[in-house]
Amino acid sequence: MSALVLAAAHLKGPHIDWKAFSPLLCLGGGGLVVLLVGLFRPAVVREKVVPGLAVIAFALTIAASIWRFHHPTSIIAGALSIDDLSLELFMLFSVAGIATVLMSWRAVAPRESGHGEYFGLLLFSALGMATFVSAQDLITLFLGIELLSIPLYILCASETRREGSLESGLKYLIVGSVGSATLVYGLSLVYGATGATAFSAIGQAMSANKLSGGVLGNAMVLTGLGLTIVGFAFKASVAPFHQWTPDVYEGAPTPITAFMATATKAAAMGAFLRFFDVAALGAQNTWAPLLATIAAITMIVGNSGALGQTSLKRMLGYSGVGQAGYMLAGVVVGTRLGIQATVFYLFGYLFMNLAAFAVVVCEEHERPDGDYLSALSGLGARKPWLAWPMTIGMLGLAGIPGTIGFIGKFQLISALVSGDYTWLAIVLVIGSMISLGYYLRVVATIWMRPPVAVPVVASRGGPGPGPGPGELAPIAGGSVEIESGEWDVEGPGAAGASLRYIEVVFVAVAFAAATIFFGIFPSPLFHLATHAANALGLSF
Amino acid sequence: MTLSILIWLPLAISLVACLMPRPLVGRFAAVGSLVTLGIAISFLARFKLGHAGLQFVTDEVWISALGIHYKLGLDGLNVALVVLTTVLFSASLAWASFREWPRPRSFYFHFGLAESAVLGAFCAQDLALFIGFFDLMLIPFYFLTGMWGSGDRVRATTKLVIYTLVGSFFMLAGAVATGVLVSNQTGGSLTFVLSALQQVHLSHASQDWIFLCFAVAFLVKMPLVPFHGWLADGYKSMPIPAVAVFSGVVSKVAAYGFLRIVLPLFPYASVHFQMPMLIICLVSIMWGTLVAFTTNDARMVVAYSSVAQLSFITLGIFALKPTGDQGALLQMVNHGLVTAPLFFIVAAAATRAGGSEDLREMGGIAFRAPVLASLALIVALATLAMPGSSNFIGEFMILLGVFQSKTAVSVIAFLGVIGAAYYALRLFITAFHNRVGRSVTSRDVVLGEGVAIVPIVIVILVLAFYPQFGLRRSEPSVRAAIASAQIQAASGHALNVAAGRPLRVASR
Repeated sequence: MSALVLAAAHLKGPHIDWKAFSPLLCLGGGGLVVLLVGLFRPAVVREKVVPGLAVIAFALTIAASIWRFHHPTSIIAGALSIDDLSLELFMLFSVAGIATVLMSWRAVAPRESGHGEYFGLLLFSALGMATFVSAQDLITLFLGIELLSIPLYILCASETRREGSLESGLKYLIVGSVGSATLVYGLSLVYGATGATAFSAIGQAMSANKLSGGVLGNAMVLTGLGLTIVGFAFKASVAPFHQWTPDVYEGAPTPITAFMATATKAAAMGAFLRFFDVAALGAQNTWAPLLATIAAITMIVGNSGALGQTSLKRMLGYSGVGQAGYMLAGVVVGTRLGIQATVFYLFGYLFMNLAAFAVVVCEEHERPDGDYLSALSGLGARKPWLAWPMTIGMLGLAGIPGTIGFIGKFQLISALVSGDYTWLAIVLVIGSMISLGYYLRVVATIWMRPPVAVPVVASRGGPGPGPGPGELAPIAGGSVEIESGEWDVEGPGAAGASLRYIEVVFVAVAFAAATIFFGIFPSPLFHLATHAANALGLSF
Repeated sequence: MTLSILIWLPLAISLVACLMPRPLVGRFAAVGSLVTLGIAISFLARFKLGHAGLQFVTDEVWISALGIHYKLGLDGLNVALVVLTTVLFSASLAWASFREWPRPRSFYFHFGLAESAVLGAFCAQDLALFIGFFDLMLIPFYFLTGMWGSGDRVRATTKLVIYTLVGSFFMLAGAVATGVLVSNQTGGSLTFVLSALQQVHLSHASQDWIFLCFAVAFLVKMPLVPFHGWLADGYKSMPIPAVAVFSGVVSKVAAYGFLRIVLPLFPYASVHFQMPMLIICLVSIMWGTLVAFTTNDARMVVAYSSVAQLSFITLGIFALKPTGDQGALLQMVNHGLVTAPLFFIVAAAATRAGGSEDLREMGGIAFRAPVLASLALIVALATLAMPGSSNFIGEFMILLGVFQSKTAVSVIAFLGVIGAAYYALRLFITAFHNRVGRSVTSRDVVLGEGVAIVPIVIVILVLAFYPQFGLRRSEPSVRAAIASAQIQAASGHALNVAAGRPLRVASR
């Protein structure tokens, strides 16, 4: 026993720069605190204090990230790189995290699975993402992806009394494990071929032609890169590895769906950027055509898949697949412009999606069919505070001028054209055209269809075990046949009804406002994106 | 006073109108639009003649990372169109304010946004900014049609938006490519300012595909056959004030885009694709005229006459001769001034014919509505380009320009002029004369109709006497806009200017 203690005392861990480590510490420490505080019995602690602490942990992470901005360092023996790209993505995860906490505050999922666990896992998942995107080493990269995935598997199943949620969690677990396994196999092959786990060393090995037969002639590194792409593609839900996305998105509790759609996607894109545009940049002519093909397929498949969907979450899932294709296009180019475009688009995607998801969450609170497109009928007249954010989110995702989506697409196209990927730019444009089909359908439903009867107002909380059809009663004034001329019910009463879940409405309005604001004044985000590109140290 | 005020005022007015009590929203928006009109006229009054370059320029860096400028300016190409926009929007708002609309605040908000976007598209001197406004102006019409339209409005508006945005996305790709390729060629930083882009001519292959991207966007917007799939449903479903401005000015943005962007930036491709474009125009003239002959739907007669007229305008543009292009520009204004009141008159006739827009239900309205009938006659005669009207001069110049460049085309196009006489008179006679329709209860023009129709008719009459009014202002700018295309045409296809060699152009 004493020998063990002695050995432990002599074992010297790597030096840790705690200042640079602070953002991750906030997430991890916050997760532990939330988990422990969640053990207290009083309801007020669990229902108010725990979410509050989670928000504080995320806010501290943002503060620490801002504090460490412009201080790029590599910490823990070169395992993590805390540079501007990492810090920006930390902020992005935290913003998504705060929005998720707010959306989950009065939702069913935390009550059923325990507040401490729910919000604690959320923070741990964010910690995993943070590790994933700042990893500079294959081992850390894998640690990160597991730490981000495992809490999400649980969170997907956190509405423990709803079959769909459990199914979603299980499905995600199985598919995610396959993805992880593929990734780890790919990473091990890359290690085998290059003899290094650090990205910089891998990068040198690939660019300096130390590999036998060059990158193209080396079957091991080629297979390794291919499997790594597949592994990442699972996480980023890139076609043809996206089939799990709509099912999991539909079944998971909506706030978690929103978190997966925004933060996980950003994490996967961050890892794509770091791995392919740093470690494997030397072999760009090897993987770029493959990745470009995948991006093109993703844009078309994702956007076509969304066309016929009636569930908003499924639709947003498919739309996220299409959008992932756009972002991947920036990775493919591999230039500074491409990285800027991808990082910029990640932020835009975050704003637009959170606005849309918040509306879905709010509708689900009030009606069991809130996830369905038909629930949005006449929303413009009923609840303008929700209708506008949804409209702005949809128009933004479609790339209409005046929203951040337009600027994002503009920048992506310009990066693609200047990187000699004009064909991919054309595919992107075609993907956007297809996407109009479903984004506009949502807008049309909101503004141009008369409201259908609201089947009962579910008690505080989302879709529980829904009431049977016999119990459905139309609320006052909500008869099935309302002439289009009569659905003129704008006014304080209608607006007040939607303000009951004020925190969710706040999320929707805030992110819709951000979508418009940064669509007109994108310069602050451009600066962020430029810093991110500088962080990767590209010289062109 | 800068152009920014002119552009954003309509939106600001509509936002203020949203704060008004409901019955006042429409009146406030209509009166406010007169202020915009006044400002536009003040710009016209201060406009210096004989300059080809831009005036009243506002130039701010908007997005430095992408080299996008917030650059606005007026020259001979757009000054008349800006005034036309404010005139037609004022008339439409006046028409609208005399009628009840459900959810009036949203209605007038979208109208204000539409006017701002159209004015922005006309004034923009930066390619990216132009595309921004071009796409933005579609959104209010999407809502106006979908929320206040008639018939199968949701399907119609979705069709309209998808058709148009598909074109716009191609244009977006083409525009970004233009900026990037130009900056690659010059080695300078990325820019989308039109005057800077004009200094450099891209390689022929690039010009060709980018030209096609832009052409699709503009041809869909006008629309010309075979890109007119959305037209019938869209025009049929739009509320009258919206369709008046859509046909009157929004479709002109596309024709204007050819003059402002395509001819100066892609002169080689403009010459290369001159004949295909002219053929598309001829087909559309025939198609539009024939449908306008045969349809019994009064609104469709006007809609398809617009197709024919816009084909004429495009024909003039692609004559690539100063006369043709000037005629096209004049005709843009003329057509805007006749098509908007025609839609109002059709709506007025329809209210007298029991709400039906079917020509067979109308007839005999003139007996009890002499003033309305006279107004309709003036507009109809202007539509068919009666000698003495400004439209006659416009069409004459277009045909002269085409005659100078492609004689055979002008001969065929002349058939369209004859056709116009037939459908315009048919519309007038069947709606206002002939036997009295079944459920026609005629009464003369009322304030809510006259307020929109009469001012426009007065403008038509004034322009008929002073056509020089528009021509004098536009001439130098038009010459500058088509200069490089003319050089290209003169040098012939064989003697191509070496790809990428900077070509000095007379404009700034």
